[in-house]
Amino acid sequence: MNIDGITNGLVIDHIEAGKGMELYNALHLGDLECSVALIKNVVSHKMGKKDIIKVDEVIDVDLNVLGFIDPNITVNTIKNNEIVSKAHIELPQKVTNIIKCKNPRCITSVEQELPHVFKLTDPEKRIYRCVYCETKYEENK
Amino acid sequence: MQNLIDILELSTAEIDELIDRANDIIAHPEEYREKCKYKKLATLFFEPSTRTRLSFEAAMLDLGGSVMGFSEAQSSSAAKGESVADTVRTVGCYADIIAMRHPKEGAPLVASMHAGVPVINAGDGGHNHPTQTLTDLLTIKREKGHFDNLTIGVCGDLKFGRTVHSLIQAMSRYEGIKFVLISPEELKLPSYVKNDAIKKKNIPYEQTTDLVSVMPELDILYMTRVQRERFFNEEDYIRLKDSYILTPDKLTTAKQDLTIMHPLPRVNEISVAIDDDPRAAYFRQVKNGKFIRMALILKLLGL
Repeated sequence: MNIDGITNGLVIDHIEAGKGMELYNALHLGDLECSVALIKNVVSHKMGKKDIIKVDEVIDVDLNVLGFIDPNITVNTIKNNEIVSKAHIELPQKVTNIIKCKNPRCITSVEQELPHVFKLTDPEKRIYRCVYCETKYEENK
Repeated sequence: MQNLIDILELSTAEIDELIDRANDIIAHPEEYREKCKYKKLATLFFEPSTRTRLSFEAAMLDLGGSVMGFSEAQSSSAAKGESVADTVRTVGCYADIIAMRHPKEGAPLVASMHAGVPVINAGDGGHNHPTQTLTDLLTIKREKGHFDNLTIGVCGDLKFGRTVHSLIQAMSRYEGIKFVLISPEELKLPSYVKNDAIKKKNIPYEQTTDLVSVMPELDILYMTRVQRERFFNEEDYIRLKDSYILTPDKLTTAKQDLTIMHPLPRVNEISVAIDDDPRAAYFRQVKNGKFIRMALILKLLGL
């Protein structure tokens, strides 16, 4: 399968297979006017399978969003067919409005305008807790 | 320190400072009678409370300040749908300091971000209640004289009891502590509290369902209420409820200098027959609640 190389844009690489769409949505890439390619299940030596996103324009991406979803992702910025920068992604200390607190007793459950803020409380286990009620964020709950 | 939202925001040095101040207030109340003259405390209680609200108000009055506020959400603009942020922005225009109780977890933190004056969390749902923990700590200090080398038994509902969680977290920072966790299986201490506050710090602990068997080793017995509604079935409740009621016969093997504490209100978990026992510290604990809140108000107002 061939996807055109890009002259100026971003390559978001080493995305865990299956997480590409989540990232696409979290970064609001659907709102862009330019070409965006989401390639799933690309064969990778390191990862076995991975997802890749290519954006045909240099845009600002929220590295906190990327880091929260998967800190192993790499972001290469390409200008005039050359990689001009590789973003270093880390697990963010704090994320705002990326995930929502699901605790019905949390103040955010009744005050809709409050930002949903989570802080990293255990980097090893990647545990984030709501800053208001300290409830642990669990993806599938 | 600008606000008090969570007890763990305070270092042990800051806690010591508050306790020393509270002890000084107890020893020399006359020196503090006008410390907060012309200062106003707003007590914003979005849910009812007897002890906490009155102790905050008594604390401010004993410091020569004045108090205002409301004791239920229905008598505030919250009933009209006003946000916490807007309510405290308004109150911050009139009061010098705010004590807030709210049924939603995190509401006092939101308040502290917008009030412009110091905010004290007076209880946010089942989440934090730092002034209760300060009260407990002052009581331990006054009854025992020290925080280290104590065997602390916590008994009853260890699963939902927020005062127990905070006390364990606060006491786990001192040397030579041992915890004895006494509860029915259904109401055991949540694993995150046990892991973070006890296991990770290699603090010795014992977990049991039998209060009587561990009684002889306890220096402190912190009782909480086992509530009927916490049980899945009535049978278990009936089977267990009496095991966690403290009666004089259960104290026969206890140390002579045991300190019996309870955050109150009590229903029946401590027999009234124990009230006159010198080891019963729970009413002294209530009294301490006012003094530690006086110390806290002074600290937050920079006085």
